[in-house]
Amino acid sequence: MPSFIKAINSQVGRKIMTGITGIGLMLFLIGHIVGNLTIFGAPEAFNIYTKTLEDLGPLLYVIEAGLAFFFLYHTILGVSIWWNRRKARPEGYKKYQTKGGPSHQSLASKSMVYTGIIILVFLVIHIWTFKFGDTEMVKLASGEMARDLRALVIEKFTDPLYAFGYTFVLSLLILHLSHGFWSAFTSLSMKSKEASKKVQMGAYGFAIVIMLMFIFIPLYIYFTGGEGSLISY
Amino acid sequence: MSKDMTIHLKYWKQSGPDVPGHFEEYTLDTVNEHMSFLEMLDVLNEELQLKGKEPVEFDYDCREGICGSCNLVINGQAHGPKAEVACCQLHMRNYKDGDKITIEPPRAAAFPIIKDLVVDRSAFDRIIEVGGYVSVKTGSAQEANALPVEKEKSDEAFEYAACIGCGACVAACPNASASLFTGAKLAHLNKFPQGEVERSNRAVAMVDQMKEEGFGDCSNFAECEAVCPKGISISAIAEMRRDYIKALVN
Repeated sequence: MPSFIKAINSQVGRKIMTGITGIGLMLFLIGHIVGNLTIFGAPEAFNIYTKTLEDLGPLLYVIEAGLAFFFLYHTILGVSIWWNRRKARPEGYKKYQTKGGPSHQSLASKSMVYTGIIILVFLVIHIWTFKFGDTEMVKLASGEMARDLRALVIEKFTDPLYAFGYTFVLSLLILHLSHGFWSAFTSLSMKSKEASKKVQMGAYGFAIVIMLMFIFIPLYIYFTGGEGSLISY
Repeated sequence: MSKDMTIHLKYWKQSGPDVPGHFEEYTLDTVNEHMSFLEMLDVLNEELQLKGKEPVEFDYDCREGICGSCNLVINGQAHGPKAEVACCQLHMRNYKDGDKITIEPPRAAAFPIIKDLVVDRSAFDRIIEVGGYVSVKTGSAQEANALPVEKEKSDEAFEYAACIGCGACVAACPNASASLFTGAKLAHLNKFPQGEVERSNRAVAMVDQMKEEGFGDCSNFAECEAVCPKGISISAIAEMRRDYIKALVN
């Protein structure tokens, strides 16, 4: 039997690992958006949430390292599978079109590598802006001091460049997730046609809900100046 | 009486494996709607020869959609526009007077062009050689009911066994992956008690050979299922993945 290393580098292993890391990243997105929504809670809620995360200390580093590994592994596999097609078909077709029917060739599936790379570049900017961004320290009701990330979020999203830049990139999630969600389960050897159809519908639903929730925050803050009825400042 | 159609053809010409190819064009004025696509190419070759030109090479054998020899990419679709139809069974009634048709060979590094529209598909044979068989003792045939096979499994195996090895799946896959072919062969053999014994070795060997031959990775585009003249589902690929995972824990 093949070694574990050989197995995960086989064509089957690479696809399964793409699926597993993809599902992991989708779970992260769910956790991320749930946390983000605390910005619409009590004035302190968002800062308490971010402080709770930072207070995890070494455990937070382990989680971050795990996430970075998932992101990088997912990206490397995706780019390498895409890159390999040049070797597998050095000369392309003069004319090429899908036959439709059961085919899953669509704007979403064909643009996976491009939407993925844009999301990765965005991720670097996102971490730079918020994780390492300058913040004031604020005193919580409990008396503890915390980074005022809430103010930083509102400051950034009242800037049209950030508000619409974020909206644009996060809109691409609808493409990446609507194929990625279905493809991940297919890679994990989902076999039944009925399940496949349901998972594809679930993928559309998941992609739309996640995208709308993510873009709602920058757009809401931009159009209300962070002082709308949902955000008490 | 059916009227003759005019069809404008653009086809790939390549004199040998390692020489650059090019497109040539020819207009046929006597295409009958009852002709098959390959019969239309026969007419083309007849006209070319009468004019002292070299005919276009293309693969065919049975012309009944069961041998898997033909595999043309017609207007960018493996086997042409009809679902579950091999191009030998594609009729010219699917086209109309004045249509332009581009014909290309299946393009994949693992399927090197021999000449014009003919490619070398022996990479498939090598995938079969490493495990696409059942090892049995020779001798007289076993009594047919000695090894009972469940009806469901038998039907499923039959669906996968319908693969004719034409390579349309590779031709149409944006990554030139051979996953549907390999998955179908694996699923076909692994469903039977006779084939189950070698299931794990077979899965690993055939999956590894795909990579060895230079086929691309599967990206779940499912275009292979759309072009398969036998309508083989990508569930074959799911079976292949399951067998590969099982092989690791066995």
